[in-house]
Amino acid sequence: MQIDLSVQNVIKKFQEFTAVNAVSFEVEKGRFFSILGPSGCGKTTLLRMIAGLTEPTSGEIKIRGKSMAGISPNKRPVNLIFQHLALFPMMNVGENIAFGLKRRGESKADIKKKVKAILERTDLPGFVDKKIDQLSGGQKQRVAIARCLVLEPTVLLLDEPLGALDLKLREQMKVELKKLQSKVGTTFVYITHDQSEAMVMSDAVAVMNNGEFEQIDSPQNLYNRPKTPFVAQFVGDNNAWSGRIRQSEGTTAEIETAEGSVFKTKVDEPFQSGTEVDLFLRPEAMLISPDPDIADLNRFEVVVKSILFDGANSRLLANPLNADTELLIALPQNRQYDYIQVNDRIEIGWNKQSGVCFPRGRRPLLKTSTNALI
Amino acid sequence: MKKQFRWGLLFFLTPVLLWLFLLIVLPQIDLFVMSFRAENDAGEMVWSFSNYLRFFGEPIYWLTFVRTAIYSILVTFLTFLIALPVAFYITKVVKPKFQGFLTVLLLLPFWVSEMVRIYGWMILLRESGVINHFLLKFGILHHPVEMLYKDSTMVLGLIYTSMLFMVVPLISVLESLDDNLIEAAYDLGANMWSILFKIIIPHATPGIVSGSIVVFMLTLGNYLTPNLMGGKNSLWFTEQIYNQFIASFNWNQGSAFGFLLLFLSSAVIWVGLKLSKQTLKKVVQ
Repeated sequence: MQIDLSVQNVIKKFQEFTAVNAVSFEVEKGRFFSILGPSGCGKTTLLRMIAGLTEPTSGEIKIRGKSMAGISPNKRPVNLIFQHLALFPMMNVGENIAFGLKRRGESKADIKKKVKAILERTDLPGFVDKKIDQLSGGQKQRVAIARCLVLEPTVLLLDEPLGALDLKLREQMKVELKKLQSKVGTTFVYITHDQSEAMVMSDAVAVMNNGEFEQIDSPQNLYNRPKTPFVAQFVGDNNAWSGRIRQSEGTTAEIETAEGSVFKTKVDEPFQSGTEVDLFLRPEAMLISPDPDIADLNRFEVVVKSILFDGANSRLLANPLNADTELLIALPQNRQYDYIQVNDRIEIGWNKQSGVCFPRGRRPLLKTSTNALI
Repeated sequence: MKKQFRWGLLFFLTPVLLWLFLLIVLPQIDLFVMSFRAENDAGEMVWSFSNYLRFFGEPIYWLTFVRTAIYSILVTFLTFLIALPVAFYITKVVKPKFQGFLTVLLLLPFWVSEMVRIYGWMILLRESGVINHFLLKFGILHHPVEMLYKDSTMVLGLIYTSMLFMVVPLISVLESLDDNLIEAAYDLGANMWSILFKIIIPHATPGIVSGSIVVFMLTLGNYLTPNLMGGKNSLWFTEQIYNQFIASFNWNQGSAFGFLLLFLSSAVIWVGLKLSKQTLKKVVQ
């Protein structure tokens, strides 16, 4: 497979502050690659370096094997879709899309043909003469994409282009963008802080934090097999326990949590007894009142603190007995659990395969998502 | 309630209306009437077009008139050429904390009266002036050169006087230009010139037009700078008006010239607005 974009050991420093620290990755032709990270993690800086709007302090960026060092943005085979789209308000839709083609000096007939073709491909036929301020948010989005795609870039860079849209439209554009990308087959590099956008659209996602890549993987692997505590917490919701290894043998470990529960969980490699660890468990890995016949479950009791109803995404917020750790537990909306009330005591069970365990790192944990919810 | 409101309005509006009427409208009407009055052969004042006809009959008058118009347009254009990079530098290039400082630097010379600033230029440029002194000292010239009293010096002075009135509207209009638009154009393959002509100037047009109107009117109506820096060879139409009023004591002729100048500036501005597809309402905002 051809490599369209290759970033090798790129570093960007602003005086003392390192915005991007030794980032390396490769994107194959036709892939949808996302960079996911909290705001201020350096993802926009990275994207601007690929576009050529910022010079890296060191490292190399190659597009289709050609080094981009010293090549100005207007000469690079990449185009960038800005966060606020940056459509030219002094031009109509057709002129916006033709802008890049005109700069290349293509013939008028060619430009007209290409503008028409790209407008049809982005579902905007007949919009040539519309003014920018006559368009809705979603239409502006598509004009911005059309304006870049008409130039047939090797790589299309997208800087959180869905951030300004309302929720409903964002959900819709997510699917549309993915469809469009598979239709045109252009390599997309998409940056976002919204893990759902990254997961839904991407073939591969890089999780970025403090200027470094934590993990590059498929969305499924990021969710199910996070490699670092940051990924475990940033991608999807997760419950975190701090605890200590009681004993560890082969791929199973027994962990005593801070509040005194003992859980068995799978681990990738054995730990030494007494190691301080963080244990992560997805809300949907916890079964409410599991069948007593199922063996091999970690079982413990919790007190329901509140019921967070959110349709298919409903959760229980609960404390383990005699502890104030907050847990998020998925609440399936199949009417089976309608009896649960606040302050009820219920039993929770989880399979040891669902737990993910990391030795306690130097980096402090993120605030758990439950705290953010309240 | 309604009546009270009207009294309040009248109370605050009266000074403005009095000012406008007594000091601007009334004298203008008087001058306008005067411009159509002339002495007949018997020495009596009668209604006549002769003041206006004399303007067209005497080449020195209408040549000065055309000259003033052309030089004013030239000064406006040159001021724009100099002011645009200055405004761009202040709004887009320099760090935000220096923006205010640079704007103040730009304003500072205008705290001094125009007369003093022009005399400053004269001290620099005259035959025994500062520039000639240094050019002689470093052996670049062997004889001092008179730099004053030329059309080019007059244009220089007029540009200097008008700079601020072009830079300020340009700064305010460029501040509202999103940097991302420039970057997007660059990313889409535009070079410096196409960014300037396709993005920056179209965006800045209202500011350019309002700055140009102010600069054009100030230049056209300027008396001091052409008189002091242009000397005897650089005739300016305001000097003709001055001569009629003060030297010839022919107020009727002077008012006719005044109204011709008013007509000229209005006409040029109207053409300018039409050419740039702007409306006065939009530009004034």
